[in-house]
Amino acid sequence: MNHVDLPLWVTIPGTLLLVFGGLLVLIGSAGLVKLEHFYARMHPPTMGTTLGTGCVLITSMLVSSALEQRPVIHEILITVFVVMSAPVSAMLLMRAAVYREHRKRPEPTQPLDDIGGTIPPRD
Amino acid sequence: MNAVFDYAAWFASLCFVLAMLCALVRLFIGPAAQDRVLALDTLYINGMLTLLMLGIRSSSTVYFDMALLIALFGFASTIALAKFLLRGEVIEP
Repeated sequence: MNHVDLPLWVTIPGTLLLVFGGLLVLIGSAGLVKLEHFYARMHPPTMGTTLGTGCVLITSMLVSSALEQRPVIHEILITVFVVMSAPVSAMLLMRAAVYREHRKRPEPTQPLDDIGGTIPPRD
Repeated sequence: MNAVFDYAAWFASLCFVLAMLCALVRLFIGPAAQDRVLALDTLYINGMLTLLMLGIRSSSTVYFDMALLIALFGFASTIALAKFLLRGEVIEP
C-alpha cells in the first residue's frame, strides 16, 4: 500500500494506536446496539468519538509527518472540532429525549375537585 | 515493520466498518426518534474515521478535507435534528 518505507518511530506507535482506536470504536458501537435504555445508549459511542478519533488522528499526523519530512499538524483541526462539538450535540440530544419522554407520560386524569376532596373556600 | 502497520490499518478499517454496521442496526430498529438521531451521529463519526483510514493507507491528503467536511456537516445535521425533536422546528422566528 504505502510504497514508502515508514520509519520505526511511526510504525510502532501507529500500529498500537490503530489497534486500540479500532477496538474502542467497535466496542462503542456494539454498546449502542446492545444496551437497553436510551440514556444508557448515549454513553458508549462517545468513547469512540473522542478517544478513537484521537488515536486515528495522531496516527495520521505521524504518517503525514514521516512522508512529508516535516511536522504536519493540520489534523488537530478535526480533533479540536470533534472534541468541542461532541458534548454539545450529546447535551442537546439528551434534552430532546427528556422532553419527549416527559410529554409521552400520561397526564393526571382527574382534576383535584372531582376526586371528592373539597377545596377550601378562599376568604 | 511496514507489513505489521498495514495489517493494523486493515484491522482498524474492518473495525470501523463493523461499527458502521452496528450503527445501521440501531438506526433501523431504534424505537424512538432520538435513538435514530444518535445512530446517525455515530454513523457519520465512523464514516469520517473510515475516510481517515483511507487517507492513511493511500498516503494522500485529499481525504483529510473530506473528513473535515463530514465532521462539520454531521455536527450541523445532528444539532438541527436535535433542535427539531426538542422544539418542533429548526429555525425559530
